Amino acid sequence: MIEFTFWDIVRNLLLAARWTVLLSLAAFIGGALVGLVVLFFRIAKNKWVKRIASGYIALFQGTPLLMQLFLMFFGLPMLGLRIEPWTAAVLGLTFFASAYLAEIWRGGVDALPRGQWDAGASLGLHYLQELRLIILPQAFAITRAPTVGFLVQLIKSTALTSIIGFEELVRTSNAINNATFEPFKVYGLVALIFFVMCFPLTQYARRLERAAAR
Amino acid sequence: MGYSLDFGWLAGAAGVIARGAAMTLLLIAVTTLAGTFLSILGAAGKRNGPKPLRLAIGCYVEVMRNTPFLVQLFFIFFGLPSLGVRLDPILAAMLAMTLNMAAYTIEIVGAGLDAVPRGQTEAALALGLRPRQVFIKIVLPQALKVIYPALTSQIVIMMLESAVVSQIAVRELTYEADMLQARTFRAFETYFVVTMVYLGLSMGLRRLLVSGGRQVLGAGVS
Repeated sequence: MIEFTFWDIVRNLLLAARWTVLLSLAAFIGGALVGLVVLFFRIAKNKWVKRIASGYIALFQGTPLLMQLFLMFFGLPMLGLRIEPWTAAVLGLTFFASAYLAEIWRGGVDALPRGQWDAGASLGLHYLQELRLIILPQAFAITRAPTVGFLVQLIKSTALTSIIGFEELVRTSNAINNATFEPFKVYGLVALIFFVMCFPLTQYARRLERAAAR
Repeated sequence: MGYSLDFGWLAGAAGVIARGAAMTLLLIAVTTLAGTFLSILGAAGKRNGPKPLRLAIGCYVEVMRNTPFLVQLFFIFFGLPSLGVRLDPILAAMLAMTLNMAAYTIEIVGAGLDAVPRGQTEAALALGLRPRQVFIKIVLPQALKVIYPALTSQIVIMMLESAVVSQIAVRELTYEADMLQARTFRAFETYFVVTMVYLGLSMGLRRLLVSGGRQVLGAGVS
């Protein structure tokens, strides 16, 4: 049997943490892009378009992420796509993130006074220009704290992809635990690594929140 | 592609799904009660307790909020036995969910306590109520009314998060779904149906909490 020293465990966990970071980044970027589309739908003038976006958001906020990942993992192969845990994880988390980000940013758009739209229109800007030049920059600025807060939630959510077989921090720790029988140490270290990733972001979000309140 | 959806297994599986859903609801009911109670103690301790206690509660909140629930669950279920504390899966799940939820609701309850005007406490003290009576009878009811919507959201989020406890073999909704798909080989259909059950549960739970809150806490609760 191979002996694991403390440093072997730490080294393996840190190597696996790269995938957690990469997955978080990919899901955040993907979620922001898809979320932007959902946001456009959500604030559209057409009632039905708006309703579709609301339904999309309610669906992702009203079901467990684990189920969304399972559906992605077992559903996409039925459409003829060969799917790896990595693809299912990125796609699942992207859609999950898009719903939350769209809803956060929608709050920012709603918080802007009606006069901002009117001023844009009176300058002769059309709808897309109004959004791009006036509305969205302000909406993003006032929702920066909850956006960073959601990034923390997203990083923590990547832990669930271990269940559909994506080889990230938690899945690696399960394997190490099965080899070393030291769950206290292994899961304690995993928690510590997640804490080191999330805590600075939490503090940053808090600082933004305080700055916004002032 | 020759794949066609098949829901023929559903008739025989309804009982199992209902049993799983009942377990999920039991878990969230216990978590809600224990978590809210714990967070009232925590929020009060964080405001009025001695300095070491305040520090300890602050650390607890930060640790729980910055680590994944799944890791907390594994730590409690697999880690604690090495300290000689062996927990039954259901108990471990309830403990993990309660501790996780409390970390979030301590902040929520604390915000509610801060929102009650100071004059309320002073008026009650002037009427001769003891500090504990002031907290339980005057401050807490007003605080709960303010935070009720946030508390409701947190309970629903926790219910959705509870899907994870299937990983330590608690026989709740997700666990039953895993078993069903292994038996029927209809993974997508099974998870689709169970996802819809979760959607129904979360919408129903939210509605129940809102209407229940209106009756207990009075109008103005949304």
